[in-house]
Amino acid sequence: MDAQDKLYTETMKGFWRENPVFVQLLGLCPALAVTNSAINGLAMGGATAFVLLGSSILVSLFRNLIPKQVRITSFIIIIATFVTVADLSLQALLPAVHKELGAFIALIVVNCLILGRQEAFASRNRFPYAVGDAVGMAVGFTFALVLVGGIREVLGNGSLFGFSLFGESFEPWVIMILPPGGFLTLGVLLIIFAQVKKSRDKRSALEAGKEAA
Amino acid sequence: MSSVKRAGPFRLILTLAVAGFVSGLVLVTVYVRTAPLILENQKAALEAAIFKVVPGSTTRKAFEVKDNKLVPFEGDGLPMEDAVFAAYDDNGVLLGYGIPSEGPGFQDTISLIYGYNPETRTIIGMEVLESKETPGLGDKIIKDQDFVDNFKALAIEPEVVSVKTGTREAANEVDSISGATISSKAVVKIINAGNEKFLPLIAAAHESEEQP
Repeated sequence: MDAQDKLYTETMKGFWRENPVFVQLLGLCPALAVTNSAINGLAMGGATAFVLLGSSILVSLFRNLIPKQVRITSFIIIIATFVTVADLSLQALLPAVHKELGAFIALIVVNCLILGRQEAFASRNRFPYAVGDAVGMAVGFTFALVLVGGIREVLGNGSLFGFSLFGESFEPWVIMILPPGGFLTLGVLLIIFAQVKKSRDKRSALEAGKEAA
Repeated sequence: MSSVKRAGPFRLILTLAVAGFVSGLVLVTVYVRTAPLILENQKAALEAAIFKVVPGSTTRKAFEVKDNKLVPFEGDGLPMEDAVFAAYDDNGVLLGYGIPSEGPGFQDTISLIYGYNPETRTIIGMEVLESKETPGLGDKIIKDQDFVDNFKALAIEPEVVSVKTGTREAANEVDSISGATISSKAVVKIINAGNEKFLPLIAAAHESEEQP
């Protein structure tokens, strides 16, 4: 596999094949907590993407300078710095978004997706791959949050991105925008993803069998 | 991860010290840069809210509480605590007061500001400044126009009470939001607390003004 191919695979894997939420089951806390509307999912995904990208770049650049024994501590320092920067900048520049997400911005520090990518990927790979990996994972995470948020908003409030879809006669399924709705939506999506993966594995196993024969 | 040999304690301490130092520098820089903007945002939100809760007003004067008395606020910008705002129209006629108040909601502190007309002794507007109520339910205290309209002509005597949705009869009653009773009650409670704290002060200030 040449460098170009590798960069492509590392970037694309986060979006679908190794989607952080649906396949790796990482970052479930924000995926459940802030996804009661599509726009909240998008904003949370954006903030997480900023932190993930920034941290991956720094960790990858300094990976040979950070001694093994203190690597987790160093990663956390880097991540926490980016989160605080994101928190303060949002408060200063986009107060409306900050008002919606509130406490969840600060909680990006403990999003295991971010620390997980540093430990599993950025600290072991060269800079361009780390960037590709971070971009892919961030896009995949944002996609998952918008999907969960969109479904919950449509069912629970009859709107999408704030635009009303069904008019006055729609009786909102209120539980979908409450915490249980997050679990229900995510659970159903996980079933679908698991089924897709299963049938794909079966198919590739069959093909491999044919070739062997 | 390239070095297999273990780094000595000095290396470890040095690494963390440098990381902490750089991180601190970055944070201080960002904080210093954003702090004035953040404060400005809060003040702008408060300022806009004053004119909203006292309809028709275009100028305002801030008063702060000192020794149990209202005195004109001297200083830059707006006082953020223990203050009320007198709101005037274009001709300098007093239309009412914007009274900020806060208290516990369903999840976290709700802070709001409401308009009070001392002549008719009614509440003439209400706006929530900050809350973390449940999105989709509790946040209807901001987004549900029917609920907000409760506070456009609301008598304060003997006190504001919240009643079940759609059963509002007396002038001092507020229709709760169905599904968000606790948040609705919290808003009413916060307004009553504000009344208790500031109305005697406002009344005292009016008396002393009229009898110089």
